[in-house]
Amino acid sequence: MKTIAPIFRLEHVSKHYSSRRALGTLSLTVKPGEFVAVIGRSGAGKTTLLRCLARFTPVTGGRVYFRDDDLATLRGAALRRHRRRVGMIYQQFNLVRRLRVLDNVLIGRLGHLSGVARLLALGRRFPSADRDIAARCLQHVGLLERAWQRTDTLSGGEQQRVAIAKILAQEPEVILADEPIASLDLANSEQVMDTLRHIATDSDLAVIATLHHVDFARRYADRVLAFRAGHLVFDGPVADFTDAEVQNVFHEGRPAKIADEALNAIGALEWVAG
Amino acid sequence: MGRGMTGTLAGVDRGPALELPPHTSAVGRSLVAAAGLALVLAWAARVVELRPLELLRDSGNILVFLKGFLRPSFAHIGEYAWQAVVTVCIALWGSLLAIVLAIPLGILGSRNISPHPVVYHLARRVMDLLRAVNEFVFALMFVTAVGLGPFAGMLALGIHTGGVLGKLLSETIEAIDPGQVEGVTSVGASRLQVIAFGVAPQVAPNFLSYILLRFESDIRSASVIGMVGGGGIGFYLWDTIRSFNDSEAATVILLIVAIVMCVDVLSSRIRRFAI
Repeated sequence: MKTIAPIFRLEHVSKHYSSRRALGTLSLTVKPGEFVAVIGRSGAGKTTLLRCLARFTPVTGGRVYFRDDDLATLRGAALRRHRRRVGMIYQQFNLVRRLRVLDNVLIGRLGHLSGVARLLALGRRFPSADRDIAARCLQHVGLLERAWQRTDTLSGGEQQRVAIAKILAQEPEVILADEPIASLDLANSEQVMDTLRHIATDSDLAVIATLHHVDFARRYADRVLAFRAGHLVFDGPVADFTDAEVQNVFHEGRPAKIADEALNAIGALEWVAG
Repeated sequence: MGRGMTGTLAGVDRGPALELPPHTSAVGRSLVAAAGLALVLAWAARVVELRPLELLRDSGNILVFLKGFLRPSFAHIGEYAWQAVVTVCIALWGSLLAIVLAIPLGILGSRNISPHPVVYHLARRVMDLLRAVNEFVFALMFVTAVGLGPFAGMLALGIHTGGVLGKLLSETIEAIDPGQVEGVTSVGASRLQVIAFGVAPQVAPNFLSYILLRFESDIRSASVIGMVGGGGIGFYLWDTIRSFNDSEAATVILLIVAIVMCVDVLSSRIRRFAI
């Protein structure tokens, strides 16, 4: 079997906010084309992991590599280049609500502009090639006819599809989706997850999505990462993520509670040592 | 079976009367604050020589004064009208200068998007300075620097209002939704791109409304800034009142009221149209 170079490589990564541990020591790799579901209760460290990967927040221990870049060393233009290569999808969409739909998709092109085009874009004038890309991406999510509408006039599901069009226009190498369907109804959730699944398969892109719903993880993901109190407690193919594992991640039985405390103690020791 | 055992309360735990968790009452503190305020106000009344009865005793003088105003003179109406136009021009260019100053100062002076804490504090202090010094004081300074006339008045208005608008802009920027900004940052946008796409659309409506409010206030200031040599109708206001030329002063005041009313109507039209 040929080996594929990983897109993300995490080596002994941990993250503390002042003295509180948000993410325990964890090492893993993510390959192109992989659809990874990140599972866990609120506060288990899922969002923290994504924010570390997008380099919105630095890790406090270990190293994160994207391709060959050590994220800790990125500054200025190199950091912006990294963010261009990493597409983000948010639970609250994070579109600029007062802008037109087309403008929000064009925002995805900002990192690709250079020279005069970059200056003109500050006045919302984009090259025709970029406008064409934006239009195609809107067409892809079925919202081309809404291009001139103000974004906050769209429903939640439509706004998330605009966010996906924006990320398509961005041409990233990996997509990080933070609870992409937590604010959507069932039909919209399926449409968003279908689109993300197709992107991963067709474009050979890695998709890392935090999810609350285990069913969605089972239906769409190749691999599950399950977190509990900042610690990775499951990492494997989705087929191995059994009901017993779900029980272990989501419900605090007595044995699990003891395991938690043990993990916390280990975490504290690691922190003191590191 | 007692009362409250049916409906939603049926499942609620029933037992001996409960006591709410302890909390401190705010009544005592409010009373102390009110008493303190009353003391300060009483002392301040002595300082400002607050004697309302004198208004009644001297009402005769006031009536004589008002009578002059009932007969406005139109002998110099042409000159006054031209000065009214000059006044509006001072306010227009003063407001434009203020906007040009306020945008960079307001952006650099917003905690959430300022490039560096030192820059943030610097911008804040500059805005404090511009606001702390009254436009009339600036006018006196500019009259010595660039000579008597509308140019000095326009500079004074623009610089003071620049500080005010900059402060209002930075307060608006600090209250924006950080999620929408992150949505732009996350595509690898530069700082300028983030401001143009993530910040500007969010603050534009409020900023426009602050500009209109300050323009109304600039019109009022421009109408009196001539008193200190800053050009416009203010000089004639000062001149006619000082020489007890009541009917001329009445004309000038009526003109000022007319300008202010026109601008207020106009700006409320713009606001309704644009926001």
